[in-house]
Amino acid sequence: MDRIPILRMGSFLLVTIQVDMHDQLAMTLQDDLSAKISETSAKGVLIDISALDVVDSFIGRMIGMISGLSRIMDAETVVVGMQPAVAITLVELGLTLSGVSTALDVERGMKLLRERVQSQ
Amino acid sequence: MSTPRSGTYAIRSEQDVVLGRQAVRKLAQECGLRLVDQTKLVTAVSELARNAVIYGGGGDMDWTIVEEGARKGVQLVFRDTGPGIADLKQAMTDGWTSGTGLGLGLAGAKRLVDQFEIQSAPGQGTRVTITKWN
Repeated sequence: MDRIPILRMGSFLLVTIQVDMHDQLAMTLQDDLSAKISETSAKGVLIDISALDVVDSFIGRMIGMISGLSRIMDAETVVVGMQPAVAITLVELGLTLSGVSTALDVERGMKLLRERVQSQ
Repeated sequence: MSTPRSGTYAIRSEQDVVLGRQAVRKLAQECGLRLVDQTKLVTAVSELARNAVIYGGGGDMDWTIVEEGARKGVQLVFRDTGPGIADLKQAMTDGWTSGTGLGLGLAGAKRLVDQFEIQSAPGQGTRVTITKWN
């Protein structure tokens, strides 16, 4: 079965979504990520969506759920690299991803995660 | 050799939703839609094709390249023979789109395209026609 790889880097987990996701793949990622946070006691999750040219309501909700889920498992989530056209479409669709932290690129996202974890 | 101006894709599974998105992206590019408009159209396709799979038990997507004077566009019809929607007005309200519930995403999809028409009745399936112009 298809899976999106989750890489561990110190106390952070990195996820780079590089395929056009179908719904089951998104659900599997959510399950895998929560298992991995529990297994590694990760303090932060960085999700790179720069390769996604479509984020619809399902994937948008999935991103929100991952963010909420990791928060109650004591990990911060930052979503990075959203394409401008995707951002415009999401807002028009009515999904503002409130409660989800975002950064423009991976570097800024990592910086944000480190700051968050250090300030705890 | 002229390229086809219309066709049909079967939308039966989640994988078909992905294939439908990719096919419509190509059509939108052919019609010269701007990147933002391509993205809006493809996102609407994702919402409507998913509805056809999840609520309609699978359906079809007809596509047509439409022309009106100098402008070109993509017109899509999503057809399913599922249970249909009893209260269209409620299904089209925004509360059914946003939030954490599994909304139909119809109101959101409507905002993403230039023309949107829905026909549905209990037992008669659902038919949604959308058009996006360049």
